[in-house]
Amino acid sequence: MSGGKRLCELTAHELSELLGSGEVSAREALAAVYERIDETEEEIHAYVRLTRETAEAQAGEIDERRGRKEELPPLAGVPLALKDIFCTKGIPTTCCSRILEGFVPPYDAHVVEQCRRNGLVLVGKTNMDEFAMGSSTENSAFGVTRNPWDLARVPGGSSGGSAAAMAGSEAVVAMGTDTGGSIRQPASFCGIVGMKPTYGRVSRYGVIAFASSLDQVGPITKDVRDCALMLNVLAGHDRRDSTSIEAPVPDYTAALMPDVKGLRIGFVKEFMEYQGRRVEGEVETAVVAAMERLRELGAECEEVSLPHLNYAIPVYYIIAPAEASSNLARYDGVQYGYRTPDNGGDIIEMYSRTRDEGFGAEVKRRIMLGTYALSAGYYDAYYLKASRVRTLIRRDFDRAFEGFDVLMGATSPTVAFRLGEKTDDPLAMYLSDVCTIPLNMGGLPGMSIPCGFSGEGLPIGLQLVGKALGEETLLRTAYAFEQSTEYHRRRAHAIEEKDGRRSAVGRG
Amino acid sequence: MRLTPEEVEHVALLARLRLTDEERERFTTQLNSILEHFEQLEQIDTSEVPPMSHAVPMSNVLREDEPAESLSPEEALRNAPGQARDCFQVPRVIE
Repeated sequence: MSGGKRLCELTAHELSELLGSGEVSAREALAAVYERIDETEEEIHAYVRLTRETAEAQAGEIDERRGRKEELPPLAGVPLALKDIFCTKGIPTTCCSRILEGFVPPYDAHVVEQCRRNGLVLVGKTNMDEFAMGSSTENSAFGVTRNPWDLARVPGGSSGGSAAAMAGSEAVVAMGTDTGGSIRQPASFCGIVGMKPTYGRVSRYGVIAFASSLDQVGPITKDVRDCALMLNVLAGHDRRDSTSIEAPVPDYTAALMPDVKGLRIGFVKEFMEYQGRRVEGEVETAVVAAMERLRELGAECEEVSLPHLNYAIPVYYIIAPAEASSNLARYDGVQYGYRTPDNGGDIIEMYSRTRDEGFGAEVKRRIMLGTYALSAGYYDAYYLKASRVRTLIRRDFDRAFEGFDVLMGATSPTVAFRLGEKTDDPLAMYLSDVCTIPLNMGGLPGMSIPCGFSGEGLPIGLQLVGKALGEETLLRTAYAFEQSTEYHRRRAHAIEEKDGRRSAVGRG
Repeated sequence: MRLTPEEVEHVALLARLRLTDEERERFTTQLNSILEHFEQLEQIDTSEVPPMSHAVPMSNVLREDEPAESLSPEEALRNAPGQARDCFQVPRVIE
């Protein structure tokens, strides 16, 4: 216990202090996390696989090294939740698809190596939309995840398991990937912090590919300081990813100054209204209040328009499926994963049946969409056209950053929606990514941090956007805002409320 | 309607997906409503705009060709659904 909080509820920097002083062992921290998981998983289902045995060995090793007075990295002994999209050597990795059931990677992703090197303890692999295609985690082949703030609602997606694990204190730090908002939107829905770094800042080696020109790895954490600490672990060049950027990695925690005096912040009109549709009233109120707060802190805030953001949805839903249709061609039942038992002795039949039985509906829909957009006769009208409009979106950002240091707006047009609310209408689901997608188009870094709650007590996210490789300014802005508010200190309580009701019934 | 059920069937064949009748019908409706939403891109004049396939301008990243460790045949085959004589096994492709 620390300040009345359970170990699993602590942030990584709080836990790190207790570990460093010897007040708490890595084993105790891990045990607290698994105890919490045992209490909550039946309802939340943040994880698809727990790695208790290897975690206990890892935590034991950290404690032993600390006992020998070895100098350890700051996050050594901190329990980590990993989205099931990261290859983990010897630990099954499925991307929450039937087609990868039983796949055991022979190697670690670069970022997993980095986490191991830094002593983070892997608690388990978290639930996600199959192949990261979705905005609610309802497309997982292994069941839905529930939002720890309201069990009738989705945690967002596709990194919904990692976000729910943070909001529900089922790990101390977590990681996700973001192709069109898959870190930021669930962070917003779950009232926590999520960052998509600049494209190329973090290696994608060993990260199962969805749309290679858009995918990026990032931290999902309980506060901004933890986000900076995790970015220190993840960022850097890796020769195994030819798109990874060779730029020096600063100490991101040095950027955490609660000071935005003179910083120019652009309030993006299109993050609040897409093609005439405004974001929900309570979201707008909270985001406008966040701007006022940043002004009080000394930032200069002004509205700015990036008109081509109005086309972000069609551009994304052409480019991302096109890339996915090519990336997912590798799942053919030959080298790994699922193969149909009934192949009729014909290889085309084997491919087709394997893919039909192995992929879920949304993945098939996107493969179809992408194949069509790239097919003869339609390439110019769809893929090429979308790639040209992508240039216009990037130019809008470049122009805006001539006048501003940071851009801001809503992360999502709504708070967490109800389970099943959008599953029958793919287009409605796609529209929930409207504020997050443009950053992936431009390769720019962005964050979602909590900026308020709806009348029903659901979290609202503020999105901040930085220049390419502008993570430090982004973190500084996020930190200044966070430190002047209390939103990040609130913890989800749906499980306790449910248990409370249960025991009340029992006593009655 | 932009896409007919026959075209959906053709695209499925290109993508090596076998659709049930019900799936073909559902995808035809859904894909058409998505494609309809895409039509708005036609309003933008992009005749002078170059396409962008990537956010970071880089090409042909080269490195020294140094031998390094790679997977052993056993490791490479461990996840294969079918294998024989150190090879991946598939249904017969040559008559």
